[in-house]
Amino acid sequence: MTLALSIDNLRKTYDNGFEALKGISLEVKEGDFFALLGPNGAGKSTTLGIVSSLVNKSDGKVRVFGHDIDTHLTSAKLCLGVVPQEFNFNPFEKVFDIVVTQAGYYGIGRKRASERAEFYLRKLGLWEKRDVRARMLSGGMKRRLMIARALVHDPKMLILDEPTAGVDIELRRSMWEFLREINAAGTTIILTTHYLEEAESLCRNIAIIDHGRIIQNSTMKSLLAKLNMETFVLDLEQDIDSVPELDGYSVRLTDPHTLEVDVEKSKGLNPIFSQLSAMGYTVASMRNKANRLEELFVSLVDKNL
Amino acid sequence: MNSQLLLTAFWTIVVKEVRRFTRIWAQTLLPPAITMTLYFIIFGNLIGSRIGDMGGFDYMEYIVPGLIMMSVITNSYGNVVSSFFGTKFQHNIEELLVAPVPNWVILAGYVIGGMARGLAVGLIVTALSLFFTNLQIHHLGVTVSIVLLTSTVFALGGFINAVFANTFDDISIIPTFVLTPLTYLGGVFYSIELLPDFWQGVSQLNPILYMVNTFRYGILGVSDINVGFAFAMIIGFIVVLAGFSLHLLNIGKGIRS
Repeated sequence: MTLALSIDNLRKTYDNGFEALKGISLEVKEGDFFALLGPNGAGKSTTLGIVSSLVNKSDGKVRVFGHDIDTHLTSAKLCLGVVPQEFNFNPFEKVFDIVVTQAGYYGIGRKRASERAEFYLRKLGLWEKRDVRARMLSGGMKRRLMIARALVHDPKMLILDEPTAGVDIELRRSMWEFLREINAAGTTIILTTHYLEEAESLCRNIAIIDHGRIIQNSTMKSLLAKLNMETFVLDLEQDIDSVPELDGYSVRLTDPHTLEVDVEKSKGLNPIFSQLSAMGYTVASMRNKANRLEELFVSLVDKNL
Repeated sequence: MNSQLLLTAFWTIVVKEVRRFTRIWAQTLLPPAITMTLYFIIFGNLIGSRIGDMGGFDYMEYIVPGLIMMSVITNSYGNVVSSFFGTKFQHNIEELLVAPVPNWVILAGYVIGGMARGLAVGLIVTALSLFFTNLQIHHLGVTVSIVLLTSTVFALGGFINAVFANTFDDISIIPTFVLTPLTYLGGVFYSIELLPDFWQGVSQLNPILYMVNTFRYGILGVSDINVGFAFAMIIGFIVVLAGFSLHLLNIGKGIRS
């Protein structure tokens, strides 16, 4: 399997002495949907900035589809599309011009650039806004514009630095669908996000970075398998005065008809229902208290403090 | 990237730059037209008629080449410094940095964009001057080449200023405190023969004097300086400034952390 991205012992120390990356190594396979997670200031954006030539590295090797960015930067750049965290287009330019101009930077002639711009603007629901100046777009539209701009040269790998920040749920889900679609068509995607539900839903592999070091790098499946304990919230039909004793489970009463139950993976849920039923309580509904990945993320980052 | 792709990338930058200054024509093309018309009326007509001849020509004829050159200088510089700094400030320089565009193509694109505005304003001012004087061109080759070379020098200067600038104040300091005094003292309004020997010597340290006088030579056939030396000096400036600009881009000064 070809590696879309290979990072070896990457280090970055900024001019003010801050050591943002302390020798990280990472591999992303071609066709992967990869999540790079970490708390604010962990080094995610610095890593992606180095890969996309926006940040100078202090040491280490980066290869994009085998092209070393020190020796074959142009070839590496041709493989990459970048959607940064902050809006970085000229707000006074028209939507269509922004996308066509970006294609021009990749050597794509005006006619072909216009066709591609139309394709991606239609795909991302922005075609009607093509003659609008970018500053007039809503936050969600601006994010989609940056995705269209990053895809206009058909890159083999798309880097998305928090692409759904500030985007409403409906739009976020439609963006997920779009990203799944282009990933299925063969585009490797690297995603950073603070919405862990997003990473869990989209990504097959994951790395967690904290204080400039990789603290977890595995498949999403194997990471989630490490989760031993989950907390479920049970809404009861009847009011309850005191915390019921459930054999083998830790239980908390959060309000007169809501229980929180910690469930070990090995024990399952059936005994909870049977015990509550025997006590005369009926469970009206049940949900997982937290996103599973969120629980793991918090525990991993806490351990690293 | 092959040469066709490089040419497309270069042309994209140039078109973007030209589109920018034509879109905001009321800020870029109109003000110099109004200012220079006022210079023609006040200095050329009203005051000039009382000054009499300068360098063997009536005062209006004498100052027109200087005023055209002044427009070219300030607009070539101003276009690149404001455009590149704005691009940096709004972070849309990242659009170029992530793309496979070599640094020399980025530099060439911005410089040609600056030259385009300098030349556009130069042409507007030249056209306006025809309402006030009968402009004869003594040497077309010298006239055209000195305008192109001078606008290149100042477009490069504007680029370097923009690279080092961190605030909007930083892009107005050089034009206000360096460029404007040097231009006014660069023989736009007078011949340095009018100055005492000491100040003539000091004036000869001002590079703009050579540009203005070479352009005046191209139009009127008179100059306070040696035209051949002026061309050599300007080409030297271009080589040094272009080399320094490329170095700044290569190390990512002001644009990469």
